[in-house]
Amino acid sequence: MTASGSILGHAVLRREDPKILEGGARYFDDLPIDRMLHVVFVRSTIAHAEVTSVDTSEAVGMPGVVGVYAGDDLELEPIQGFVMLPPVFARPPFAKDRVRFVGDIVAAVVAETRAQAVDAAELVIVDYEPLPVVVDAEAALADGAELLFPEHGSNLAIEFDFGEDPTVLDGAEVVIKQTMVNQRVAAVPMEPNGIIAMSDGEGGLVCHVPTQNPHGLLQPIAAATGLDEDQIRVVAPAVGGGFGAKAGMYVEFAVAAKAALVLGRPVKWTETRSENMVAMTQGRAQVQHVEMGLKRDGTIVGVRVKIYADGGAYPTIGAFLPFLTRTMSQGVYAIPKVEFTSWSAATNTTPLAAYRGAGRPEATAFLERIIDIAADELGIDPVQIRKQNFIPPEAFPITTVTGANYDVGEYAKAIDEACRVAGYAELRAEQAARRERGDVLQLGIGVSAYVEVTAGGLFQEYGAIEVHDDGSVSATVGTSAHGQGHETAFAMIVQELLGIPMERVTVVQSDTALVPRGLGTMGSRSLQIGGSALYKASEGVLAKARQLAAHLLEANADDIVLTDDGRLGVAGVPSSALSWGELAVAAKSGDGVPAEIGESLPPGMEPALAYALDFNQGEATFPFGAHIAVVEIDTETGNVELLRHVAVDDCGRILNPMLVAGQQHGGIAQGVAQALWEGFAYDDDGNPLTANLMDYAMPSAAELPSFEASNTETPTPLNPLGAKGIGESGTIGSTPAVQNAVIDGLSHLGVRHLDMPLGSQRVWQAIRDARTSA
Amino acid sequence: MFPSRFDYVAATSVDEAIAAKGDGGDETRILAGGQSLLPMMKIRLANPSKLVDINGIPGLDVLERVNGHLRVGALVRHADMVASDLTFGAVESAAPWISDPLVRNRGTVCGSVSHCDPEGDWNSVLLATGADVVARGPSGERVIPIGDFVVDLFTNALNEDEMVTEIRIPVPSGRSGGAYLKLERKVGDYATVAVAAHLELGGGGVITKAGLALTSVAPHNLKVTDAEAALVGEMPSEALFAEAGELAAAASSPRDDVRGTAEWKRQVVRTFARRALATAAASAG
Repeated sequence: MTASGSILGHAVLRREDPKILEGGARYFDDLPIDRMLHVVFVRSTIAHAEVTSVDTSEAVGMPGVVGVYAGDDLELEPIQGFVMLPPVFARPPFAKDRVRFVGDIVAAVVAETRAQAVDAAELVIVDYEPLPVVVDAEAALADGAELLFPEHGSNLAIEFDFGEDPTVLDGAEVVIKQTMVNQRVAAVPMEPNGIIAMSDGEGGLVCHVPTQNPHGLLQPIAAATGLDEDQIRVVAPAVGGGFGAKAGMYVEFAVAAKAALVLGRPVKWTETRSENMVAMTQGRAQVQHVEMGLKRDGTIVGVRVKIYADGGAYPTIGAFLPFLTRTMSQGVYAIPKVEFTSWSAATNTTPLAAYRGAGRPEATAFLERIIDIAADELGIDPVQIRKQNFIPPEAFPITTVTGANYDVGEYAKAIDEACRVAGYAELRAEQAARRERGDVLQLGIGVSAYVEVTAGGLFQEYGAIEVHDDGSVSATVGTSAHGQGHETAFAMIVQELLGIPMERVTVVQSDTALVPRGLGTMGSRSLQIGGSALYKASEGVLAKARQLAAHLLEANADDIVLTDDGRLGVAGVPSSALSWGELAVAAKSGDGVPAEIGESLPPGMEPALAYALDFNQGEATFPFGAHIAVVEIDTETGNVELLRHVAVDDCGRILNPMLVAGQQHGGIAQGVAQALWEGFAYDDDGNPLTANLMDYAMPSAAELPSFEASNTETPTPLNPLGAKGIGESGTIGSTPAVQNAVIDGLSHLGVRHLDMPLGSQRVWQAIRDARTSA
Repeated sequence: MFPSRFDYVAATSVDEAIAAKGDGGDETRILAGGQSLLPMMKIRLANPSKLVDINGIPGLDVLERVNGHLRVGALVRHADMVASDLTFGAVESAAPWISDPLVRNRGTVCGSVSHCDPEGDWNSVLLATGADVVARGPSGERVIPIGDFVVDLFTNALNEDEMVTEIRIPVPSGRSGGAYLKLERKVGDYATVAVAAHLELGGGGVITKAGLALTSVAPHNLKVTDAEAALVGEMPSEALFAEAGELAAAASSPRDDVRGTAEWKRQVVRTFARRALATAAASAG
């Protein structure tokens, strides 16, 4: 790629991949660190109990054991899950008087080897006095419910009540009511959680953590250990996926960090998969009571939503996410009135937090489901009823009745394109023919249209560009990639603006010692905010380079151009051009400047060919799209096979279509997984029923068809790249499309709604019930 | 994640393996592919005091047709069965359904058979085809019909000082066909329900031999003798196979679990038995 043609918009191969594919990437567990100790946790096997005693005496004497900790042994402060929640819900790293979920930590064993720690941990004896258990958010808020924190007086973590509106359904000729369960799912990143915490030799700590947000861990680790934030360095090495569950603090980090300080040696925690399935935060888990009022012609007049959200034991940001559900509860439709109330509750389950979409998929799910029920009841085609209610393109920018400021939107364009790619009319004809013949294998066609919010609340990011003496570039940014391909994307931006080949661009990220500040990678923010920061910083460096070149070449800065071979020179006088390396040397304020280049900096110019800034977008962006899923249902067994999945996702201007497609495909797979297979379940005693990958039905590529993912491009005016987020769109659009497809395939039998996951048994039961009642 | 402490013996002959196994009593386990045993040890559900590794014993990887049988040695991997052109009918049909490619590369047929997990696939195939298990102990070899070998949940008919050296699956000489139908939630999952069917046809197409066995719906892989008896002597037909499906459903005793209800699983048995028999008959030509 030369400097003359734009690299943006090209499917540039991910430069991260060779290292990852050849085993060269270093994950935290791979780091060769001397004198390492290993911590293993003793976790509660009971969902809710008083802890009557913890006997560590036998474990202490086991070979290799250097420390066994419980209760107040490490003097760790409780960790507040989220700023808006009751402080009493903060989680002590070691559960003391009471355990509140299966997986709660009672003790920790530190030993010379991990195997020794495992053997010793088995000998820690904990006595429990079981308490009644609450596993359901709605039940947790009922009168007389068992309380997780009796001193708080209720299990309510947070309520969002925007007031009743008795007129919300006024004018409706039809009111559709449905209760839906948006079930709990586990994040299951390929790499589980963990940390290496070690002394920096000066009383502080260096922590290697597989996190999405290294800077975000400084404050909570400081608060837990009693150190100052500037005594802590957090490094995220190669990270194997996060999906939101690696965005925050974990109590395990606090234990490892404090143990490393106390013992004076590096301490590593490597989470096992079984541990991960109960200890890592999970997602979704809402029960939604939805009413939609419509005219008989399909026009929506209003929506009323009441949501019970599960916060899990020690509620964290998951309890807040219904707020985002509310923000997006008008969706792509011109709905005049929305009434929304939500209650988030503490329960005896694994805590809930962000998971790919984080509150927004739950909004799209209920809207897309209820409008499908309405379409079925009113005899209107699902595509038609959506199109007639879409917010029209000319209405943008628009503030919705829930207060969201949508930037741009062309919703009909996306759904029309999805219909064209899918062959929607032909699919409906095929479906009708199968129904007519009474085939064993019936066809279901599901549609969804969505809008979501990306970079919500996290509008600002640090970006810096520095050109070095050899003409190479450092691009430093506060986002922190964990699989997305930022090294590739950000290097492309630098090449585009500076004409320096991306091979010569080093992306610096994920280390609090090298990056002064950052908000990490989450909420589909990184390209639009972090990428724009580097875009603006590149512009800043280019402007400085032009001034410097003008000074050195005794020309006017306005006449300095980037030449085809990537140098800066006077327009029309290519022989006089200076390379980036020459300019970088010259920018050193005279120190070591070769005589032939001339005098050093122009008056008033700061030394170093560098530019840093904090880019602030000021607002979120609102990507949108439409998905169509086609399923085949075996009516004798209930087995569902996803035959096709068509996705048209609009993330604004596309920088690298391969990276975008990667996000779409991965997102769709996770969204389909929720619709058809995944669901984290508990029995009434709070025992997890799906705490390993044998029982938890996470699909692989083998269960999925090759997705038909494409894009429309409606650039946002809010950032210089015109980019909106794409990380979560696939998940948001696909889940309701697939759920709708299965129910559509059964609608001729009288099936109106089914909750997810739509496994064979649930589908067969619905068929049988429909036939029995018919 | 880490097994409890155990001793390890790498045997170089069957005699050595048998001696080592006999020494350790019921706390000693044979290690072949290890695809069931090692995960159970890692979560400390199994805590054997000694493992006798048979992977270094020459000759146990035999896979051949001889004397009207398919011989499958104790070190034949599932992947070998997928790749082999010696398999037939239900055996050929089942092989690619065993777990996932990683497990198939290491796991062995004989290991799976010996494990007697009612959710394992091979024992249904062996019950349907009427296979034998060959075991060796200090006093020599004995041939155990699969129906006698499978005793109960995780329980086989081996003595403590015996190990399985091979299985022998009879190769039909005339018209025959078979099928293995498996409902699984995802690749690598155990069967929610699976059915093995085997049919041999005589002159005029009448069924002369029938095998039907079920996976994951009873405390052990279940041979449906009622259905087999009802099939023999009859001409293949949809109605006959539907009747066999009813008998299979009635014989099964599935349980409610995270994969679904017993009632639904019985419906899948009914449907899959009918379909597997129809496929077996069609493939018998």
